[in-house]
Amino acid sequence: MDFDFSQEQRLLQETARSFFTQECSTKRVRELMATPTSSDDKLWSALTEQGWTGMTLSEEVGGLGFGLVDLCVVAEEMGRACLPGPFFSTYWAAALLENAGTPAQRKPLLEAIASGDKKSTVAWLEHGTDWKPESIAMTATTDGDNVLLTGRKVFVTDAASADVILVVVRQGKSWAVAPVPSNAKGLAIRDLVSMDETRKLSDVTLEEVTIKESQLLAVAKADDLQRANDIASVVLCAELVGVMQLLMEMSIEYAKSRQQFDKPIGSFQGVQHQCADMLLYTESSRSAAYYAAWALGTRDASASQAAAIAKAYCSEAGRLVGNHACQVHGGIGFTWEHDLHLYYKRTKLAEVLLGPPTFHRERIAAIILDT
Amino acid sequence: MDLNLSESELEFQQSLRNWLSKNCPKPWAGKQRGPDHINYLRDWQRTLYDGGWAGIHWPKEYGGRGATPIEQAIFQEEMARANAPEQISVIGLMIVGPTIIAVGTEEQKKRYLEKILSCEEIWCQGFSEPNAGSDLASLSTRAVEDGDHFVVNGQKIWTSFAHIADWCLLLARTNPNVPKHKGLTALLVDMHSPGVEAKPLRQMSGEADFNEVFFTNARVPKANVFGQINDGWTSAVATLMNERANLGSGLYVLSKKFFEGLVERAKEHLSASQSVTKDPIARQRIAQAFVELEVYRLNTLRALSKLSKMGMPGPEGSILKLFWSEMNQRTNQIAMEILGLEGQLKSVDDGKWVFNYLRCRANTIEGGTSEIMKNIIAQRVLGMPKSY
Repeated sequence: MDFDFSQEQRLLQETARSFFTQECSTKRVRELMATPTSSDDKLWSALTEQGWTGMTLSEEVGGLGFGLVDLCVVAEEMGRACLPGPFFSTYWAAALLENAGTPAQRKPLLEAIASGDKKSTVAWLEHGTDWKPESIAMTATTDGDNVLLTGRKVFVTDAASADVILVVVRQGKSWAVAPVPSNAKGLAIRDLVSMDETRKLSDVTLEEVTIKESQLLAVAKADDLQRANDIASVVLCAELVGVMQLLMEMSIEYAKSRQQFDKPIGSFQGVQHQCADMLLYTESSRSAAYYAAWALGTRDASASQAAAIAKAYCSEAGRLVGNHACQVHGGIGFTWEHDLHLYYKRTKLAEVLLGPPTFHRERIAAIILDT
Repeated sequence: MDLNLSESELEFQQSLRNWLSKNCPKPWAGKQRGPDHINYLRDWQRTLYDGGWAGIHWPKEYGGRGATPIEQAIFQEEMARANAPEQISVIGLMIVGPTIIAVGTEEQKKRYLEKILSCEEIWCQGFSEPNAGSDLASLSTRAVEDGDHFVVNGQKIWTSFAHIADWCLLLARTNPNVPKHKGLTALLVDMHSPGVEAKPLRQMSGEADFNEVFFTNARVPKANVFGQINDGWTSAVATLMNERANLGSGLYVLSKKFFEGLVERAKEHLSASQSVTKDPIARQRIAQAFVELEVYRLNTLRALSKLSKMGMPGPEGSILKLFWSEMNQRTNQIAMEILGLEGQLKSVDDGKWVFNYLRCRANTIEGGTSEIMKNIIAQRVLGMPKSY
C-alpha cells in the first residue's frame, strides 16, 4: 500500500504549479471574473494543449488515459490558482458521459471534450429539487425521429461559456442525457449574479428544444448518474484542498510578518492555534479527497461512500479554513484588494455545489443505519 | 498512489488471520481490571509472544518481526476483527521498548527487551508530576548520586499501569543548577525496590486507570541510567515521539469498536416510539461521527505510508493525536445525545457509555494537551515563531 504521490504524480504537480503560476495569476483571475463567462480562449487553449480536459479519458477519444488521482493532482493546483472558467464543469460533463448511451453516441462528445473543442456543462437541478437522481422530473417527449425538451434547469455552472449543455432528464424509471448546443433554438440562458464570480451560475430554460432521438443518451441506473456527481465532487474536493493549502500558507506568511505589540502576531498562541487547526483541516481533507479519487478511479466497493465522506468533510473543512484565514488576516483580509476573498468565495460555493454536507451525511446514514 | 495491499502485505494479513483463528481467546466476561482479568491479559500477551506476534514492529534482532508501519496497521485491524483482547504490556511494546532499542546499552537491551515481549515484565512511564504537566522539563523528583547508586525522592502522577508494573522508565532531576532541560536523567527503576510505592488514583469516572507513585530514598543502581547522565531530555523526547506515533492505529481500532457499538445500540434505542435511527438529526450526527472516523483512518494510513518511505512522519502525522482526541470527545457527545437518560445509567452495557464519556475528557490532556499539540504544530511544522 502506498498512500502517497508517485514520482510521476509529483512531476505532474510541479508541471501544473508552474503552468498556473505563469498562466493564471490572481491579477488574471480578477480580469476574467469581471467578464460574463470568467473564461477566455487564450487560457482555455493553453489548458487544453496540456491535454488536461482529456486527462482520464481513453486514448480512443483522444484522452491521456490517466487515473482520477492524477486528475486530482492537477485539480488541486487549479484550486491553488483559483482557476476561473469551465474546466470543472467540462469534466463533470465528461464524467456523466462515461456511463451514458452507447460508445458510438458518446465518442464524438468525448472527443470534443478531450480536444478542448467543446466546453461543456451539466444541467441537473430543477426548481426546488435536491441532488438525488430520483428528484429529476423534467422529461423528453418523442416527436417522430426527434425529442422535444421543455422545462427549466437551475444553477447550471458555466452555462455562460459552455458550447454543449448536458441536460439530464427522466425517462420513466430510468434517465437520459440530452446534449444540447448552447445556441439551440428554444434554449435561453439567464446569467445569475452570485458570490463566487470565478464560477458562473445560470438558469437554463428550454422551450421545445429539439434534438434527434438518436442523440439522446440513455442512463439505466441511478448509480451511473450518482457516479458522475461523485467524480465531479471529488474533483471539487481536490480543488478545495488546493484552496485550503493556499489560504493556510497565506495566513502563516501574514502572521509571521504582521507586527503588533512589537512582535509578529504569529508568535501568539491565539493565532498559532488557528493556523494549526488549518493544517488539521487541510491535511485531513487531502486524505479524504485522494482516497475517494483512488476508490472511484479503481471502482473500489467503497467508492460511493468515500465520495460522500470526502464531500461532507472537505465542504466543512473548506469553510472553517476560510473563516480562520479571514480571522488571522484581520482587517486587510476583509478588503476587496486582498486576494483572500477570491479563495474564500470558492470554499463557500464548493460547500453547497453538488450537495451540502447534510445531503452527503444522509447518504452515509442510509448506508450505515438502514442496511 | 496505490491503496491496494501489496502481495507481501496480503500474505502477512493472511498468516495473522490464520493464527488468530486458532489462538484468539474468548472475550473476557468477568469483572474488568481485577487480578483475574490482569492474568487473562498476561496470558494473551504470552500467547502472542509464543506465536511470534508480540512487538511486530521491533527489529528482528530484538525479537520483533521488523514489520512495516502498514503491517502494524493491518495487525491492529486484524486484532479488532477477531475481537482480540487488548495488549497489557502496551507501554513496554509501544513506548519503552522502542526507546530502549534507540537509546539503551547492549546490556540493557539484553536484560529488558525480551521480557517486555513475553510480558514477563510490565512497564510504566514515570514522567508527569503534580507540578510538571505540559511543562514536563520543570519536574522536581530528585536523583542524587550516592556511590554506585542514585537515591530517588519525589512523586509522579498519572502513571498508567504503575500498580501492576515491574519496571518504570523514570525521569528525575540530577542537576538542579543548570537550565531545566539540561539537568534531567532517565533511570530504569525496579518498581519492587524499597521506597517505591504506587497508589491508584481514582478518576472522575470512579475507576482508577492511573496511579500516583511515591519515591522515598529509593536506590537505583548506576547501571540503570538510561542514555547519558543529565541527558534525560533526549530520551524523554524520543519516548514522547514513540508514544504519539505508535498509538495511532491502535486508537483507530478502539474508536471503530466504539462506533460500531453506538450504531448497534442506536438501532435498538427508541425515541418517540421508533428507533432513534429514523430521526433525521440523529442520522446526521451518527453519519458525522462516521465521516470523522474514516478520515482519521485515512490520515493514519497516509502518515504510515510517509513513515515507511521517509523514515519519519509528514505533517499529517503531527495532527493524528489532536484529531483523535477531539474526535473521540465529539463521538462520545453524540452517543450521549442519542441515548438520552439511558446513557446516564451504569447498568446499560456495563456502564460503557458513562465510563467512555467521562474518560474521554482526559484525551485532550494526556500525552500532550491539545494546546501543546497545536503549539508544536505551529512552531515545528508550520515554522511560526516560538511563543514561550
